[in-house]
Amino acid sequence: MKKFILDLTVTQNARLNDNYVLLKLTHSSPLPEMLPGQFAELRVDGSSTTFLRRPISINFVDQKANELWFLIQIVGDGTKHLAELRVGDILNVVLPLGNSFSMPDSASSKVLLVGGGVGTAPMLYLGEQLALKGIKPTFLLGARSKKDLLQLDQFEIYGDLYTTTEDGTHGEKGYVTQHSVLNSSDFDQIYTCGPKPMMMAVAKYAKSKNITCEVSLENTMACGIGACLCCVEDTDEGNVCVCKEGPVFNINKLLWQI
Amino acid sequence: MADLNVNIGELKLKNPVMTASGTFGYGEEFEDFVDLARIGSIIVKGTTLHKREGNPYPRMAETPSGMLNAVGLQNKGVKYFADHIYPRIKDVQTDIIVNVSGSAIEDYVETAEIINELDKISAIELNISCPNVKQGGMAFGISAKGAEEVTKAVRAVYDKTLIVKLSPNVTDITEIALAVEYAGANSISLINTLLGMAIDAERRHPLLSTITGGLSGPAVKPIALRMVWQVANVVKVPVIGMGGIMNWKDAVEFMLAGASAVQIGTANFIDPSVTAKVVDGIDDYLNRHGYKSVQEIIGALEV
Repeated sequence: MKKFILDLTVTQNARLNDNYVLLKLTHSSPLPEMLPGQFAELRVDGSSTTFLRRPISINFVDQKANELWFLIQIVGDGTKHLAELRVGDILNVVLPLGNSFSMPDSASSKVLLVGGGVGTAPMLYLGEQLALKGIKPTFLLGARSKKDLLQLDQFEIYGDLYTTTEDGTHGEKGYVTQHSVLNSSDFDQIYTCGPKPMMMAVAKYAKSKNITCEVSLENTMACGIGACLCCVEDTDEGNVCVCKEGPVFNINKLLWQI
Repeated sequence: MADLNVNIGELKLKNPVMTASGTFGYGEEFEDFVDLARIGSIIVKGTTLHKREGNPYPRMAETPSGMLNAVGLQNKGVKYFADHIYPRIKDVQTDIIVNVSGSAIEDYVETAEIINELDKISAIELNISCPNVKQGGMAFGISAKGAEEVTKAVRAVYDKTLIVKLSPNVTDITEIALAVEYAGANSISLINTLLGMAIDAERRHPLLSTITGGLSGPAVKPIALRMVWQVANVVKVPVIGMGGIMNWKDAVEFMLAGASAVQIGTANFIDPSVTAKVVDGIDDYLNRHGYKSVQEIIGALEV
């Protein structure tokens, strides 16, 4: 897929809670095609401590409105600056980057999308794309507390939604891998993105049940286009760039001890 | 438009803007962003005799105005390059230079012999300055004797332009520069990355798997500029300057300090189209100041 450097214009910056904003952006011409699981490299202007772009996954593409959404967790100074963008501001992005989640072969597939923290971001676009193919996904989203569960109304549009919180303030109390839906349903395919321990637990569950499982990794990266070789993950083919060969990997390719 | 041609040994570059090894892949990664034919020369990823997996993750840490890397020369080896990558890139309309690294003199020599057979490769940049490999690499570049020995050995088997890339992690860089010039280098490029370190205070842990790594980006520019100035004043061969060049103005500064050409490195990660912008910016600068050729500004610093 051809990659672009684009100056996007902020159309909305919604504060979702203390640590998250949802940025919506548009462009004067139609946005290029983007696939679920892909990401963009966002240039951070005006931060004296931020040198590199920030890799952020595609949260949603609203084709009718020609809008692209980024869900941004405020982690350090770079994301803090991104969270301060105002309507009308310009954001320079490089996109679309990386591979994508693979779509199931059959429309009758039962698919489970597991997201944790900011890792829920790519699950929304994936869920919508699955729904467009006639597959109703099951979403299982985990967070510390109710206030950390984001965009729930959006997820509900495209599939069945289940949640877990560590403090029990929403959905079942505990971790995503403890949720009862895992026992009550048989899935053909699992997609997951979130903190590494969560993804490893999901991968372990998938492996034990012999379910195809794809994980989206977020190794620290610089260029985002496979040039600097910084974001490598050890795989069955040796070190490969998460930004180019990933970020989505089938768990059978990874050397995780699960 | 001013004349942008510069000479590096036998090599005639269409303009003085080159890409630094390890920051531009094999050029292919950047085709969507920049017309490769507009770049003076592409120096491809560091190549070794045998395949190298590189260092374990994490290999990168962002630092004020720069970054540390500890990639460790991950590449598939020179034979894979010659058989699989060279055929894909050989018809790119610019000069392609291969950066050669090794951990023993025989490795450098054997790699150079294979590169010597590749018609469309215009030159070798001998990397005696990588701080991220345990044996060799920088070890050759931090003593005049080591630098001279490896340069002389490769010179004996390589017919085309030989550029030697120096390490800044030395007490007197002019001593090393003179040694490689004496040993037959046609050009000297500098600086490779500066050895640095980053720590996560909360976790009381280094940020790189190798603990130390190579610093690049604008943070190193004043040091690089000083070293290019020092070396250009003592050697007769053309000097290629690099270290934190982010735009045309930085590039012009290096040329005024004595560089005949420049390499753009880390800036490619922030703006993948930066190389063409630097070419345009240099041209604008020359026109604005009434220079007919870029060669007029090489070493034109008034002190």
